Amino acid sequence: MGKATKIPRGLSRELMALRAAKELEDGTYVNLGIGIPTLVSDWIEGRDIVLQAEIGMLNTGPLATRENVDQDLINASCQPVTELPGACYFSSVESLAMIRGGYMDVAILGALQVSEKGDLAGWNNPERGFPEHIGNIGGSMDLAVGAKKVIVTMTHVTARGKPKILKECTYPLTARGVVKLVITDLAVIDVTPKGLLLMEIAPGLTAEEVQSLTEPKLMIAPDLKEIEL
Amino acid sequence: MDKVYPNIDEAVADIPDGASIAIGGFFTAGTPTPLIQALARHGAKNLTIICQQMGPGNDTITQLIVNKQVKKAICNYPFYRSASKGASSPFEQAVRADEIELEVYPMGTFIEKLRAGAAGIAGFYTSTGVGTTVELGKEKRAFGGREYLLELALKPDYAFVYSYRGDWMGNLTCRKTARNFNPEMAAAARVTIAAVENLVEPGKLDGDVVHVPGIYVQRVVKVERPSYYPTIE
Repeated sequence: MGKATKIPRGLSRELMALRAAKELEDGTYVNLGIGIPTLVSDWIEGRDIVLQAEIGMLNTGPLATRENVDQDLINASCQPVTELPGACYFSSVESLAMIRGGYMDVAILGALQVSEKGDLAGWNNPERGFPEHIGNIGGSMDLAVGAKKVIVTMTHVTARGKPKILKECTYPLTARGVVKLVITDLAVIDVTPKGLLLMEIAPGLTAEEVQSLTEPKLMIAPDLKEIEL
Repeated sequence: MDKVYPNIDEAVADIPDGASIAIGGFFTAGTPTPLIQALARHGAKNLTIICQQMGPGNDTITQLIVNKQVKKAICNYPFYRSASKGASSPFEQAVRADEIELEVYPMGTFIEKLRAGAAGIAGFYTSTGVGTTVELGKEKRAFGGREYLLELALKPDYAFVYSYRGDWMGNLTCRKTARNFNPEMAAAARVTIAAVENLVEPGKLDGDVVHVPGIYVQRVVKVERPSYYPTIE
């Protein structure tokens, strides 16, 4: 093991979620995965965006407070939530059918690794020591395959400073070739057929610094800019 | 057609060792907790449990593990998300010790297998899982230039489901996200036992909003609403 890499200070989880929220267009149906993606809901209040909860609900509202918890109303992370006007409920089979059927405009998912071809690994961390075919899949594979656009939000490197954006994922895959955009604490990277295109970087960082923490070669956008919040 | 059992222990009394049982609920929501408690008292062994998870948000399932009643689990999100919390979970320990066999499916495949079982469909092709470890041992076939996996139907011996409001004939309604896996599990199983919070006489339910038609339900038991705070932490 080499010595620990110094990780530059980048965006907080909340600001990564804010950047992801800016990718969402009005009039869309969106599913938010567990972790950083869940925080995106804090930044879209009042916008014309319908959130789906894969347990079986459309138009999920903000998290419930202690006072208005309804134990029959939770999101996919088992957090008590509220409903917005126009909310509707259905069974999980219908919920997953609308995901697999291609009705979800955007899924924002967390990830352990993303490859330069857009492969996504997010359900099985080998460090936990399970065989590679068992772990918590939940709805992640359905969303990764079924959503029209998959955006990943994650920290750029592991807690030990190792790149999570790789030439090939080494962890068990969630799906192949599905990720369109990666938003990390350090950069915004477009996954193109020609490879990864560095579009935006966190304030105070250089493209070289981002490259040094990314395994595959990054193409640099001609109009590379600071992450816009 | 009165399907009401006055006593919950009687409703599960005939479950034999080796039975497969689908249990509704998504973490805490819509889980038929009183039926799982009755199964723990009943003591049937070598069970196959078909359930979203095996502990997170569901302490009563853990009781079945502690009692060593479970030989196999079929799930989509079996473990605690937190590795440290998982390490102390009896289910995770039993899987690591090879005392319980575990099959994991993507959530959509998991519930579609039950829907197929309910509808007399032998299996179905889905693109979810292609290129991952989910495809191990499964037929892969291309349709229209896209690859799909063959997944087979699942038809449990029993299902335990939860209903907010139902009638003596087994027509059931659920509330909000507590519906989740309950309708398809009820339809798939050979014998479905419904834990009903508000039991009414036929005619008192609006037939337009029934989520589980009574034909799928063989036994109905009146229960008190289990109280919990929705969290898996």
